[in-house]
Amino acid sequence: MNFDFSEEQQMLKDSVARFVQDEYDFEARNKVVANESGYSQENWQKFAELGWLSIPFAEALGGFGGGATDTMVVMEELGKGLVAEPFAASVLMFGGLLQASAQNDERDALIGGVIDGSIQGAVAYAEAQSRFELQDVLCRAEADGEGYRLNGEKSLVLNAMSADKIIVSARVSGEQNDEQGIALFLVDAKVEGISKTALRTMDAQLVANLKLDNVAATALCGAGEGLGLLKQMRQQVIVALSAEALGIMEKLNATTLEYCKTRKQFGVAIGSFQALQHRMVDTFMAYEQCKSLLYRTVCSIEQGEDNNDIEKNVLALKVMVGKAGKLIGGEAIQLHGGMGMTDELDVGHYVRRLLTINAAFGDADYQQQRFAEVSLAS
Amino acid sequence: MDINFSEAELAFRDEVRAFLKEAWSGELAEKAKQPGSYKEVQVGWERKLNEKGWAAPLWPVEYGGAGWTPTQSYIYESERAAVGAPDVSPFGLKMVGPVIYSFGNDEQKQRFLPRILNADDWWCQGYSEPGAGSDLASLKCKAERDGDHYVINGAKIWTTYAQHADWMFCLVRTDSDCKPQQGISFILIDMNSPGITVRPIVTIDSEHHLNEVIFDEVRVPVENLIGEENKGWTYAKSLLAHERTAIAGVADSKRHLSELKKLAAAEVNGGRAMIDDPAFRQRISDIEIELMALEYTELRVLASMSKGNGPGVESSLLKLKGTEIQQSIQELKLDLAGHFGAVVQDGITAEELGHGYGDAARRGFMFSRAATIYGGSDEVQKNITAKFVLGL
Ligand SMILES: Cc1cc2nc3c(=O)[nH]c(=O)nc-3n(C[C@H](O)[C@H](O)[C@H](O)COP(=O)(O)OP(=O)(O)OC[C@H]3O[C@@H](n4cnc5c(N)ncnc54)[C@H](O)[C@@H]3O)c2cc1C
Repeated sequence: MNFDFSEEQQMLKDSVARFVQDEYDFEARNKVVANESGYSQENWQKFAELGWLSIPFAEALGGFGGGATDTMVVMEELGKGLVAEPFAASVLMFGGLLQASAQNDERDALIGGVIDGSIQGAVAYAEAQSRFELQDVLCRAEADGEGYRLNGEKSLVLNAMSADKIIVSARVSGEQNDEQGIALFLVDAKVEGISKTALRTMDAQLVANLKLDNVAATALCGAGEGLGLLKQMRQQVIVALSAEALGIMEKLNATTLEYCKTRKQFGVAIGSFQALQHRMVDTFMAYEQCKSLLYRTVCSIEQGEDNNDIEKNVLALKVMVGKAGKLIGGEAIQLHGGMGMTDELDVGHYVRRLLTINAAFGDADYQQQRFAEVSLAS
Repeated sequence: MDINFSEAELAFRDEVRAFLKEAWSGELAEKAKQPGSYKEVQVGWERKLNEKGWAAPLWPVEYGGAGWTPTQSYIYESERAAVGAPDVSPFGLKMVGPVIYSFGNDEQKQRFLPRILNADDWWCQGYSEPGAGSDLASLKCKAERDGDHYVINGAKIWTTYAQHADWMFCLVRTDSDCKPQQGISFILIDMNSPGITVRPIVTIDSEHHLNEVIFDEVRVPVENLIGEENKGWTYAKSLLAHERTAIAGVADSKRHLSELKKLAAAEVNGGRAMIDDPAFRQRISDIEIELMALEYTELRVLASMSKGNGPGVESSLLKLKGTEIQQSIQELKLDLAGHFGAVVQDGITAEELGHGYGDAARRGFMFSRAATIYGGSDEVQKNITAKFVLGL
């Protein structure tokens, strides 16, 4: 048994860390998110050149052939820098779904485009009413010659404003919450009938609501397969976002610790007060526990364990990361006093990203109930 | 032990209801929904209260108080919050007013109290400094006597709504050669005085509540000093206890909780309303149980105050529990909003967004983090309670 990274993984980790350190301090990051697109195209090309965009893709598709560990080390380091470039949305979600769907030339070409940075993608799975349920789909698809026509609305779609292509979940048959009858469709982001309302989320991401009015689409899978593909993607992205959250937690704990050592009140560093020391020990432990659960989950994926076991780990991880994120974020603000409330300090920005991650793909309360179902059934 | 309302109290409750129905309706209540209307709504509302004689019910009657019993103020607060009418802005009516009538001279009382009651002046609190937060007594902002004036130099920070303020009540250092607490004075500063710069501080809810206030050779007439020079710390401390009682916010938390129940009935996950979700039910019940207890803790404090005991160290307990509850409500509301809790709803309608309260939930949650920092942080309140209540 060992929890060491391979030489290759360590190099990957170091290269992302170096980028964050040298080119992505808080000031640079704020400039990037102020862009109309919410990120920097220049950085994106750099990610392509450094090979990061190819990580999850098979070598046969021109990818790096990386596993869960590779994605984890990248996401953790991106988290520390609060990197806004749409790595999760475009590479892991969009690219991940493409890779999991049936092979054809168009798909392979798109994956090639994701890898070389020329294609941006998005996945539209949530709707206004759907909350955390992937099968709560009202958007409808009807066959139209070779292809399909989509009608309906999608909510808060990550990266939709920059995307060239969007994968949309839509119902071919069945009622609102039926597990059957959902397929995934590929649409051109600029196709006729699609309208977008752009908005920002509190972590400075640019998202969009989509209205689809008789939009031409091609099917990525059969009607029996859409939900399964989405669930598989959710599992992978939860692990990746948890790694990002871990990086954020490490950063927040370090920032807070440093502040407590330097901020003086009553003639001493506030870190000398036991009340604060105990709270910092609690946040330190919360971080270590998240790290352990992340490693446990990644190992189970890498070792190809039974999917039920993997799912149980993933759910546990999402619950713990959600709760620890709130604890660590809350304490970071509290221990900074008034400073912690200011938008000028990076702390609040990291906290808002942690909160967004908690809500993504089901929050701690939701996933805890799913965990109990899995765990108590076996 | 008797918690039933008397006939007279029931009649008072009807009077309050009738007043609220009339005063908190139409224009004012509508305006309150618009962003950026805060000051206008507060001023309009406080004037209505003043017309009725209820702007500062707990002040002594001779200065404009209503002479209410604790039960009456409990009734008023519950009814006010239930209809969603705002509490008064605390700085004039709850903070500096009591200091002026307790420690000011007759001239100061005549000059300031009626204007405070009628919201003619907007007040801000100039206590904290970059180097003096929890350790407030270490404050450095300096006032030096020069003839009939004090000359003020230094900086205050975290000053809530200084951008709206006509006046600041301020703690300044008038003597540096003694124990820190003994060289502090309490002075009233006209915010239009030359030499004052107000700089905005944007908070993590992306709003402008706070400011930095810089004083550069600001001349303040000696007649604006409250009480005696170098006694300001004593005056300020009496005020802090008032502030902490005001901060518990029980009645408003009750209303927020019942609103949360309504929102949860309309929020659906996988065909089941969130109000039927076991995790949600557990969390909201936890909060409600704490709140039921706190309501009576507050009543006990009020009852003891009515026997002539000042709001004492128990006020820390009210602040600690009250803010814990406020934060849990905001957190649950944010979680209830799901993905929409992350949205910054800028220039689009709820229909376009597909959700009604996500943006408010986000702002409410982010700003609620401050409740355990201002007015004496959680840690400081616990230190006070450990020392003065438990004798540790
Ligand atoms: C939204 C908001 C509004 C405000 N409005 C006003 C206003 O209108 N006017 C005004 O004057 N001030 C205002 N304040 C300032 C507020 O009173 C201070 O922020 C508060 O006193 C804490 O001081 P600080 O920010 O310097 O934090 P610090 O005192 O530096 O505290 C940092 C951390 O150390 C902890 N700590 C400090 N001392 C101890 C101790 N002895 N034992 C254990 N832990 C300790 C604190 O609890 C905190 O967690 C406001 C603050 C906020 C956030």
